[in-house]
Amino acid sequence: MITVEGIAKKYGKNSVLEDVSFTIPKGKIIGLAGENGSGKSTVLKIIAGVLESSNGSVKLDGTEVTRRSAERIAYLPDLDLFYPYFTGEELFHYYGSQFDDFHYDKACIVAQFLNIPLDVKIKKMSKGNRGRVKMAATLGREATYYLMDEPFSGFDPLVREDLIKGLIQFTDPETQSIFLSTHEIREVEPLLDGIIVLHNGKIVAQEEIENIREEYNQDTVTWLKKLLKEGDKVEQ
Amino acid sequence: MTMDFMKDKPIYQQLVDLICGDIIRGSLKPGDRLPSVREYAVEAGVNANTMQRVYKELEQMDITETKRGQGTFVTENRERLAELREETMLGLVESFIHNMESLGFTQREMIEVLQSKERGE
Repeated sequence: MITVEGIAKKYGKNSVLEDVSFTIPKGKIIGLAGENGSGKSTVLKIIAGVLESSNGSVKLDGTEVTRRSAERIAYLPDLDLFYPYFTGEELFHYYGSQFDDFHYDKACIVAQFLNIPLDVKIKKMSKGNRGRVKMAATLGREATYYLMDEPFSGFDPLVREDLIKGLIQFTDPETQSIFLSTHEIREVEPLLDGIIVLHNGKIVAQEEIENIREEYNQDTVTWLKKLLKEGDKVEQ
Repeated sequence: MTMDFMKDKPIYQQLVDLICGDIIRGSLKPGDRLPSVREYAVEAGVNANTMQRVYKELEQMDITETKRGQGTFVTENRERLAELREETMLGLVESFIHNMESLGFTQREMIEVLQSKERGE
């Protein structure tokens, strides 16, 4: 379980996150939603241990996160140019040298499932294939936690579908958790167990997807729009 | 293909209905083996936990049976399947009547239209 307690982040006087608390239970796929600039990437970076919070704590199964905990977290950053001079194969070898839990064979199986050629330099790949190879490298790790920053953003529907299927196929819902930020709520909704909504650096809701449908008779997109609109009214 | 889901119903419920529909239609037959939870989840593009819930629900409805180490199968209890067909039909008719009545149509009018349809008019 990931436990986030009261984290805050300030850049000078500018507050990006305020008192953010939530938990990601084991075996769940949780989405992090919110508009641009709501602080989604910052939350992921803090959990991944690549950025320090100004306040609060993040625990993995009860142990405080440090840069070292990266060993147990597979983090997929929101970068388009990801090791541009490597071929897919070289990227996998590099990952193998960096992460003890990386399985070269598994990464190749994922790559095959996603139909990516591994002998092409990443900078020469199409945008869709760059997204796929990044996913294959991340899923090549047998981590307890996968943190993914906008893994589906900017791809056409076919690529997105491949990535979603890859995620379902190559993670184990009994032992692994996925926390991903996304804009594409409508397309990603069936993949998620739950959703956390960030608005201006604060958590405004955490719900289970099926609950939203059962209790509010709404899909997540409709629910989310209403929620953010009401949130803005309260603030004004 | 990933599936499109209706907005106002839980996803697991829609998948239960879909599988029941396949059984009633006959494209899934008594004794047929269903794909594994993982296979079906990947095909439909849904969370494996959701798919697990679908299979649990079907089993509780006595529509499927899980055989240890072999997988999940459509029940061979034909009585139960006949019942499922009946329940589904009644449900559809109920909701049809409900919709029609909410617009002020009477059951008499509905029957007349159905009868003229039956005569091929």
